[in-house]
Amino acid sequence: MVTGFVHSIESFGLVDGPGVRCVVFLQGCRMRCKYCHNPDTWSMTGGKAWTAEALFEKVYRYKTYWRDNGGITVSGGEALLQMEFVTEFFQIAKKNHIHTALDTSGEPFRMDAEYLERFNRLMEVTDLFILDIKEMDSEKHRALTGHCNENILQLGQYLSDHGKKMWVRHVLVPGITNQEDSLKALAAYLRKLKTVSRTEILPYHTMGVYKWENLGIPYPLDGVPTPTIEEVTAAAALLA
Amino acid sequence: MPMTKPGAFDSKGAWDGFKGRIWREEINVRDFIQKNYTPYDGDESFLAEPTEATKKLWDVVQVLQKEERARGGVLECETKVVSGLTAYGPGYICEDGKELEKIVGLQTDKPLKRAFMPYGGIRMAVQAAETYGYEIDPELKKIFTTYVTTHNDAVFGAYTPEMRLARKTHVITGLPDTYGRGRIVGDYRRVALYGIDRLIEAKKVAHYRAGCGNMYDEVIRMREEISQQLKALKEMKEMAKAYGYDISCPAKNAREAVQWLYFGYLAAVKTQNGAAMSVGRISTFLDIYIQRDLENGTLTESEAQELIDHLTMKFRLVKFARIPEYNQLFSGDPTWVTLEVAGTGLDGRNMVTKNDFRFLHTLENMGPSPEPNLTVLYSSRLPETFKKYAAQISIDTSSIQYENDDVMKPEWGDDYSICCCVSATKTGKEIQLFGARANLAKTLLYAFNGGFDEKHRIQCGPEMERITSEYADYDEVVEKFDWWMDWLADIYVNVLNLIHYMHDKYYYEAAEMALINNDCERSFATGIAGFSHVVDSLSAIKYAKVKIIRDEEGITKDFEIEGDFPRYGNDDERADEIATWLLRTFFDKIRRRHTYRESKPSTSILTITSNVVYGEATGATPDGRKAYTSFAPGASPSYGAEENGLLASLNSVAKIPYHWALDGISNTQTISPDALGHDLDERKNNLVQILDGYFDQDAHHLNVNVFGKEKLLDAMEHPEKEEYQNFTIRVSGYAVKFISLTRKQQLDVIARTCHATL
Repeated sequence: MVTGFVHSIESFGLVDGPGVRCVVFLQGCRMRCKYCHNPDTWSMTGGKAWTAEALFEKVYRYKTYWRDNGGITVSGGEALLQMEFVTEFFQIAKKNHIHTALDTSGEPFRMDAEYLERFNRLMEVTDLFILDIKEMDSEKHRALTGHCNENILQLGQYLSDHGKKMWVRHVLVPGITNQEDSLKALAAYLRKLKTVSRTEILPYHTMGVYKWENLGIPYPLDGVPTPTIEEVTAAAALLA
Repeated sequence: MPMTKPGAFDSKGAWDGFKGRIWREEINVRDFIQKNYTPYDGDESFLAEPTEATKKLWDVVQVLQKEERARGGVLECETKVVSGLTAYGPGYICEDGKELEKIVGLQTDKPLKRAFMPYGGIRMAVQAAETYGYEIDPELKKIFTTYVTTHNDAVFGAYTPEMRLARKTHVITGLPDTYGRGRIVGDYRRVALYGIDRLIEAKKVAHYRAGCGNMYDEVIRMREEISQQLKALKEMKEMAKAYGYDISCPAKNAREAVQWLYFGYLAAVKTQNGAAMSVGRISTFLDIYIQRDLENGTLTESEAQELIDHLTMKFRLVKFARIPEYNQLFSGDPTWVTLEVAGTGLDGRNMVTKNDFRFLHTLENMGPSPEPNLTVLYSSRLPETFKKYAAQISIDTSSIQYENDDVMKPEWGDDYSICCCVSATKTGKEIQLFGARANLAKTLLYAFNGGFDEKHRIQCGPEMERITSEYADYDEVVEKFDWWMDWLADIYVNVLNLIHYMHDKYYYEAAEMALINNDCERSFATGIAGFSHVVDSLSAIKYAKVKIIRDEEGITKDFEIEGDFPRYGNDDERADEIATWLLRTFFDKIRRRHTYRESKPSTSILTITSNVVYGEATGATPDGRKAYTSFAPGASPSYGAEENGLLASLNSVAKIPYHWALDGISNTQTISPDALGHDLDERKNNLVQILDGYFDQDAHHLNVNVFGKEKLLDAMEHPEKEEYQNFTIRVSGYAVKFISLTRKQQLDVIARTCHATL
C-alpha cells in the first residue's frame, strides 16, 4: 500500500472534468510556473498522508452528487509525481464504477520502458486526462516553468496513440502565452492528436497571488494584466 | 338551527367539469386538487411573455418602489384610519389605468401605503410611523392607549422579572411580543372553490355544535373565536363588493378563482402585520381552473400568464409599517409572502403543473424580486424539465429557495404550505405558533460564567458555579451547558406560552382562522441561534486545547485555541455528531414542557437575518469567534470553517435529522457562476445534480445564490446603478433586495463563503 500526500480536497469542482467532481490536489510539483495559482502545493514535503482506501472512502461520500455525470479528478501539485498512489486510488474508483480524471502538466512523463510500464497501469484506470500545455516553444517553456516541454508534448502524442480521451488546457497570459505564432503552433500540434474532446483557454487570473505573498516568494508576474474577453475569444478562435 | 344537509353543495355550475365527490360534500380542498390536477412534464417553451398591461403596471410599480427607497424605505403611512377589512374603499395601482389590473385589491387606498395596525401594540404602531416622519392621529393614540388593551400591553403586563431579564440580555430574542406572530396560513383557496356563503354555513354549524353544553373555558373561547371568524367572513364579502365583486358563490372561471383567492389573502394582510404572511400552496390549485378554461377555449396562455403575473404583482406590493428593531432582526423589509410550487402527491404522482412554470416565469416577466418568497418543493423525482427550469431561474435571479418534499411529505402530507420562511404547516388544518429563537451560543457562555451575562454585566437566571480552570474541560463544560440549556428551555417555552395566550386573546387572526378548520392542530415553534458556533466550540474543547481568557471580574473575554479541531461543515463525523447531539438534547428539553393549547412542540435551526443582531449581543465563543460579531445564519457552517468546499458543507448540514427540527433547517449557499460550469446548459445540469444529491440525503432546505463577490461589492458601493434596483439575493429563509439591506448586513453577506474553486 502506498501513502499519498494530499494538499487539499475540494468537494465542489465543476470545471475540472465532466460534471460534478471532487478534486484531490496532491502535494508536490517540480515546475515553477510564473503564474501558478497554487504555489503552496510546490513543496515536496508536507501534505496530509492518506492511504488510497481512506481517501476513496472520503471522496465517495460525494457520489450522491455525481450521478452518472461526475466523479474524481486528481490534480496537484503534480499528480504524476505520486503515480503509484494515484493508480491505486483510481483502481479502487474503477472497481466502484467512478469516473476518473487526471489533471497534469505532464512534466514527470518519460518515454522509457520502465516508466511506461507503470504509466500504462495508471492509463488503464484513468478515463480522462486533462493536459496543461503551457507553451509550445521549449525554450520559452523553460523560461516560463523552469522545464523544457518535449516530454510533455510526447505525453499528448502517447495518449492519442493509445486512444486515451483528453482535454487540453492552455493558460492565456497577456504578453507571455498569447503570441499568435505560439497559439498557431499549439493548434497545429492539437490537430495531430486524435482524442482531444475539449480545448480550453484558461484566462490568467491573480486570485492566487496572496499565496505567493503568504509564502514570502516574490511574484514574478507582478503588474501583468488579466486578459480581456476579446483576447480570450481571439485565442480560442486560433485554437478552434 | 344550523345543520348540514346530505349530498353535494349546489355550485350553480361553477364546478362543471370537475371530478370527485368528497370535496363537494365537505370543505376539503386537498381532495379537490388530487382529483383534478393535470401533471405537466414538458418544458418551459409554452410560457408567454408579459402582456402590455403587465408591462405598464409593472413600470408604475417600479417607479413607486424607487420613490419608496428614496424616502428611506417607506412611501407613505396611514395616520388616521385603523386598518380593517372594510376600512378603505377600493384602491388601484394607478387610478387612470385600473382596467389594466386583471386582479384587484390593495391593503390600503394606495399602493405601498402602509396601514395603521395598532392591535399588536400601539407604541410600536406609533413608533413605526414616527420613524418615517408620520404622526398618528392623537385621538387614535388615546383610544388605543387608554381604552384598548393591545397584545404588547398584555404580554408585558404578565411577564415575570426573570422573563424580562432573559429578553433584555438577548438569551431569548426576536420574540413576537412587539409585533404580530404571523405564520398562520389561511386556506385562501377555499374562497375560490366554495364561495363565502358555503364557508359561513360550515362555520355556523361549527359554532352551534361547539362544546357539549357546559361552558368550560375552552368552549367559551371556541364559541367566541368562531363568532369572530363569522364576522370576518361577512366583511370579506363587503371588501370584495367595494371592488365590484360578489364572492358569496364559488368562482366560475380562472380569473374569478385567482381574484377570489386573492381577496381571501388580502383580508389577512389588511388585518395582521405578522412576521410572515404566507399565501401558501396555491399554484397547483389555480392550475386546475386555468386548465379548464384553456380546454374550454375561454382563456389563452397569454391571459393565463397575465393572471399569474398580476397576482404576483399584488404579492410584491404587500407592506407593513414596522419599527427599527424589527428591521434589524428581519432586514430588507420582508413580508414572507411564501408561495410553493411543485412537490409530489401521496399517490406518487408529481404535482408539477404548468402553473408552477408560470409562477417561476414571473421572475423573468417582471424581473427578480424577493417577494413572493417562491419555494420549490423539491424531490429528485420531479420531472427533469422542471428541475432544469428552476435551476435556470436560480442561476438568473437567485430569487427562489428549495425545500425537500421527500422529508416533509411523510410529516405533513401532500397539501402542506410553507408558513414563514421554511416551516411547513398542513394547509387549513394546522396553524403554527411562531416562537423566535433561543441563543445557544450565549447559553454556552452562561455555563462558563454561572449565568452572569458577559455583555450586559448582570446576573441572568440563578447564580450558578462558574468554570474556573485555565483550560476548558470538555466534560465539565458539557455538564454545565446541559444544566443551562434546561434553564433556557424552561423560561423560553413559558415566555412563548404567555405570548400566544395573549395573541389569541388580543390580536386574534379572525380572517385567517375563518379559512382554517376549527379542530386545527397547533405546532409550537421554537428555534436555535448560534448553532454552528456551539458545535465548533464543543469540538474545539474536545479535540484541541481551549484556554479561557477572563476579564478582571472573572468573566470570559476571549478564548485561545491551541491545536487543530474538526469543524462543522467539512463532512467530518467528529464535529457533525456534536451538531446532531446538540439539536436532540436541546429539543428534548423543549418538548417535555407544557406548551400552550395542546400544541405540538417543534424547533428550528434558522435565524433569518437575525444572525447579525444575535451575534452582536454575544461575547467571544470558544470556537474562536470574536466577541459581538455575527453568527453564521441558520444551520449554515461558520464563516471560514469550510475547508473542503460546498459539497462537504452540504453533507454536514444534510446530517441534521429533519424530524428533530420540524420547524426547519435553513442553509444558504452562494456559488459563483463561473464555478458552476462552462455554459448555461452545464450550469443547469450541475445545479440540478447538486440539488438531487443534497436532498436525496434527506436534507431539508437550501437557498441558492448564483453570483460572484465582485457583484456584491459593486452593488454595495453603487446602489444607484439601474442593474441593482431589483438585484435579489437569498438570505436565511427569504430573499431580499441587496441594496435594501443595511451596510452591516451587506458586509455580513459578503463575508460569507462564496464557493468558487481556483
